[in-house]
Amino acid sequence: MKYQSQAVAKYYFIAAIALFVGQILFGLIMGLQYVMGDFLFPEIPFNVARMVHTNLLIVWLLFGFMGSAYYLVPEEAETELFSPKLALIMFWVFLAAGVLTILGYLMVPYATLADITGNSLLPTMGREFLEQPTITKIGIVVVALAFLFNIGMTALKGRKTVITLVLLIGLLGLAVFFLFSFYNPINLVKDKFYWWWVVHLWVEGVWELILGAILAFVLIKTTGVDREVIEKWLYIIIAMSLITGIIGTGHHYYWIGTPRYWQWWGSIFSAMEPIPFFMMTIFAFNMVNQRRRNHPNQAAVLWALGTSVMAFLGAGVWGFMHTLAPVNYYTHGTQITAAHGHLAFFGAYVMIVLTMISYAMPMLRGREAANSNKSQVVEMWSFWLMTVSMVFITLFLTGAGIAQVYLQRYSDTPQAFMVVQEKLATFYWMREVAGVVFLIGLITYISSFFVGGKEAEEIA
Amino acid sequence: MSQTFTKSMARNIFYGGSLFFFLLFIALSVDTSEAIPKQNAKAIITPQVAMGKRIWEDNDCIGCHTILGEGAYFAPELGNVYKRFGNSTDAIKAFIKSRPKNGIPGRRSMPQFNFNEKQLSAIAAFLKYASEIDTNGWPPNIQG
Ligand code: HEM
Ligand code: HEM
Ligand SMILES: [Fe+2]
Repeated sequence: MKYQSQAVAKYYFIAAIALFVGQILFGLIMGLQYVMGDFLFPEIPFNVARMVHTNLLIVWLLFGFMGSAYYLVPEEAETELFSPKLALIMFWVFLAAGVLTILGYLMVPYATLADITGNSLLPTMGREFLEQPTITKIGIVVVALAFLFNIGMTALKGRKTVITLVLLIGLLGLAVFFLFSFYNPINLVKDKFYWWWVVHLWVEGVWELILGAILAFVLIKTTGVDREVIEKWLYIIIAMSLITGIIGTGHHYYWIGTPRYWQWWGSIFSAMEPIPFFMMTIFAFNMVNQRRRNHPNQAAVLWALGTSVMAFLGAGVWGFMHTLAPVNYYTHGTQITAAHGHLAFFGAYVMIVLTMISYAMPMLRGREAANSNKSQVVEMWSFWLMTVSMVFITLFLTGAGIAQVYLQRYSDTPQAFMVVQEKLATFYWMREVAGVVFLIGLITYISSFFVGGKEAEEIA
Repeated sequence: MSQTFTKSMARNIFYGGSLFFFLLFIALSVDTSEAIPKQNAKAIITPQVAMGKRIWEDNDCIGCHTILGEGAYFAPELGNVYKRFGNSTDAIKAFIKSRPKNGIPGRRSMPQFNFNEKQLSAIAAFLKYASEIDTNGWPPNIQG
């Protein structure tokens, strides 16, 4: 750690990991409800478990992004953070808002939550991923503004690098597109149209800039490859992300009451969206092959390479699978979607945050550059347990999805939704088993922070 | 990457390309905004439909169901439920009203929301409205 103020990142990373655990526990609850429909009913209905699962995911990823920025920007700018105090205040505000919101979901019926938080004044609730009460959404905007101000001022007073710039554009975009969550017209078609300006333009737009910037940072640090080379790659990757991803939004406009021309725009541009992800894979492996030094933190290198591969598989391959309009006609809103959603979120955004934590945490905890060998071995075990089990979750959901599409939509005698669901129970049981392995992987991950702490680092 | 392809060229592609496609996206979105009311002239938004959409949201129905293929995959598609229930708002109301409070042993079941008559009518009107949106022929069949 070169600058004292980078230390604030540690709070953000610890909170991220804690919320990650909560996310997975509720994933397992839902996985069980898929096969034992009355599990925890009516205490925790499926929709409540789902909003806890997905909102915890988003919130902990945001903690991860903010922590990454607080670590990365001072180092790139070669100066202390503009205001570590503001960063800490915002940490507690965000954590309190997040925890209170989750408790709200769990303690009172959702309609009561909508009522007591005054949803009727500015109705924004009750839409997928945007379930937060309107006041929580306003809180998120406040935290995001304070964060951007802090990071922006830091960048302004120090060295300006391409990595910082790209990260800042990505984070600014994140905040700007979130504003569309406040637009909720009665017209269902328009509501859906702009809902995707948050969801799609996040994960297939501005978040890719954040992903690229963090990946580039960790690769510079761990491989020692010339910054000029890395920055050129970064620019061309994010150029491809936005060139394909913005019009690619059209792959969500096939069947929601919007004009037919989106079937062409959406299919053609989103079919090219895998390109930037593929470039990331080539980029990461090339940089590691051309490394000028062997960094002692091999776990971080593994996470970085893993991110580049899994993001390509989850977003690129599993995304491409159902993105062309004639295919999407059959797969739209099935378990295929769930399969892709899991591998893409995990491979791209969960793994990039874990990459950054892996790289930064040893220094944040007062070590020279890396954890002891013993700790890294445990961390690498957790990498494989989580990654492989997530691949299996994806494969089982894909199997369920193919069967669902055939039985419910494609065969000559289409069957009712619930009838088909019963027939998919075996797939869902296997998904749940893979989910338990994922949890074991996560516990292994956390335990890696507590082993080999006193042992020396490998001298690479 | 080769030396002839410089960092500043990459940067210019990023700024130029992103800006160009963002503006194109805005243009398409403006055109779509104008096309939506025409394409969906049959789907009429009454005050009752508006009330129904708020009830839909305030109870997070989308946390279990899909509507026009978006939402959760735990329970059936509702964009076409009005048609699946024989073009009957009464059938929709009767279904929602009759959900057992403590669920169905061993099976997925829908909560009992204790809606009053006015709320039931509103939510049914909203689902009827949704079924009248012109979705370019989706879903492939009545099962959703
Ligand atoms: C890291 C990047 C990505 C993430 C995190 C991601 C995540 C998701 C999620 C969560 C959904 C479900 C949304 C919902 O609940 O309705 C979804 C839908 C979809 N994604 Fe992605 N995605 C990514 C990249 C891609 C890419 C690159 C493609 C295309 C090549 C793609 C194609 C699709 C399509 C076609 C759907 C709609 C599925 C349907 O019709 O039900 N995604 N994505
Ligand atoms: C123990 C492992 C997990 C289990 C059992 C699990 C289970 C589930 C279930 C049952 C759903 C709801 C599907 C539906 O709507 O019917 C869901 C949704 C979702 N989960 Fe997980 N989950 C797990 C881990 C994860 C992880 C690690 C991530 C992040 C990378 C994640 C991200 C998501 C997302 C983005 C959705 C929304 C998907 C969509 O709308 O298409 N889950 N999960
Ligand atoms: Fe998308």
